[in-house]
Amino acid sequence: MATTTTGTLTGPGDEDGPGGGPASGPPDGAVAATSGRAGLARTARDTWLIFLRYARQMLRNKVGVAFGLTQPLLYLVLFGPLLSRVGGVQGAGGGNTWRAFVPGILVQLALFGAGFVGFGLIADLRSGVVERLRVTPVSRLALLLGRVLRDTLLLVVQAVMLLAVSVVLGLRAPLWGIAVGLVFVALLALSIASLSYVLAMATRVEDAFAPLLSTVTLPLMLLSGIILPMSMAPGWLDTVSRFTPFRYVVDAARAAFRGDFSSPSVLEGAAVTVALVVVSVTLGTRRFLRENA
Amino acid sequence: MIEARGLARTFTGKRGTVEAVRGVDLSVASGEIVGFLGPNGAGKTTTLRMLTTLLAPTAGTATVAGRDLRSDPAGVRRRIGYVAQGGGTDPSVPAAEELELQARLYRVPGAAERIGELARRLDLDGEGLLARPSSAMSGGQRRRLDIALGLVHRPPLVFLDEPTTGLDPQSRGNLWEHIRRLRDHDGTTVFLTTHYLDEADALCDRILIIDQGRIVAEGSPAELKRRVSGDVVTVELAASGAPLDQVAARARTALADHPAVREAAVLDGSLRLTVEDGERSLMSLLRALDEAGVELAALRMARPTLDDVFLTVTGRSLRDAA
Repeated sequence: MATTTTGTLTGPGDEDGPGGGPASGPPDGAVAATSGRAGLARTARDTWLIFLRYARQMLRNKVGVAFGLTQPLLYLVLFGPLLSRVGGVQGAGGGNTWRAFVPGILVQLALFGAGFVGFGLIADLRSGVVERLRVTPVSRLALLLGRVLRDTLLLVVQAVMLLAVSVVLGLRAPLWGIAVGLVFVALLALSIASLSYVLAMATRVEDAFAPLLSTVTLPLMLLSGIILPMSMAPGWLDTVSRFTPFRYVVDAARAAFRGDFSSPSVLEGAAVTVALVVVSVTLGTRRFLRENA
Repeated sequence: MIEARGLARTFTGKRGTVEAVRGVDLSVASGEIVGFLGPNGAGKTTTLRMLTTLLAPTAGTATVAGRDLRSDPAGVRRRIGYVAQGGGTDPSVPAAEELELQARLYRVPGAAERIGELARRLDLDGEGLLARPSSAMSGGQRRRLDIALGLVHRPPLVFLDEPTTGLDPQSRGNLWEHIRRLRDHDGTTVFLTTHYLDEADALCDRILIIDQGRIVAEGSPAELKRRVSGDVVTVELAASGAPLDQVAARARTALADHPAVREAAVLDGSLRLTVEDGERSLMSLLRALDEAGVELAALRMARPTLDDVFLTVTGRSLRDAA
């Protein structure tokens, strides 16, 4: 991520120079009709601009990025060793309990990290930034995608750091398995971030958003079998957990970490993840397009 | 620059529907500073949000900066600037970054030069000022930054929502200067809302008064005052030989048929006249009195204030209504 201090935004398709409008009046020439390819290019460019804005915000707040890692790190360091002692837990790890545990912690990171991004949107609603941006011709979709992509990037960075620590602690897994697991987690984060923005837009104040968030995230986390695989659960709990999408993602990531790509969990997880992405981004897009034509 | 017909917005909430704006017709010509005056809750901001594409009208049509509000909101957005009441900057983002993002989103050619130019014009070019986030700026600086953000793409039409609310008197006066310069220097049309009478009076070429979701009066500040109240001219008479009563009676007869005089009353040896367009008719009033041989001791003229106007058209004082 190339970012300079304060100053020039650079990126693909920078269109300074000729092609703009006359000195007086808005630059009409530069903004072609928003249809077809031109509209798509415009959306892509706007998404990049919005992404950069929030990526910079993230860089200004490095402490916050680090703090986002403390909870999963604590789980890894203070709880992980315990689990590896229990060892040979049914269906876990295949000799290396870290293989079962780390994917769960990654999903937890996605759930909590990306789940809370709605607070940033509420702050922007309050300061008037959202309204200011909506009066510009910026693509409405870019306002969502730019943010969500930043959130996904942040999560991938945090996940990689967490994985490095896990390897030090004793995780042994095939590299491509880890990579596939990471893709699952990234897509999950993207979905959760979109949903978080939808909820933030709907509630609009922290006082309503915060309790709603904790009510939703805790059962989702417990039911997805993050700490121990749901295959260990009694029948009724196992059944309930099958209705929560994250379970499939966790199971798929675990299979990937084992390098077991023939496992049906991988296919199930992939299907659920794709569906989750489609549904959440659609909801987010609709929410961001609403209210003004 | 703006043509709106029957623009209306109702909000449906738990406690039934609220008609925030009930059919607003308005026209704004190019190069005008138009003030939208009314108490809080009169529908000013709702109207503004409709005209700036932030809120879809429930009824009515409007053309804003040459584009149809309903069928081409994107076209409207490209041609207008909007500065919200509370501004629109993230308190932690350096001002320069906000301006640059804004310029890129509008695809402003030569963004860096444009930002430099705006900073000079709006007195934001102080040492290191633009490197600061808005939370480290004074109220006046923050307001000027908000305005710079709204002007970065050189819009022919700019909307300012309560631009001087919360500023100290010196910053207010300073901001008025900047707004006037927009009109005089760039020919920008400015549409602003305010609930300050002095601001509307000092700054605006034309005023629209809105109350309870409807426009109840419009005109230049002078026109409005003239149309609604008339000026009050008080003539103190000199008792030169004849008793004061007789002088007063003579004076009143002399002015009874004067076309500018709407009302004439004698009060404690002085004559109180309600006069249309006092400034212009004063000379001919004096001439008529002189011809009738009436001597004057003193002469006073009081112009009505916009508050008088507001009182007349709504039956309430603006201060009470707010």
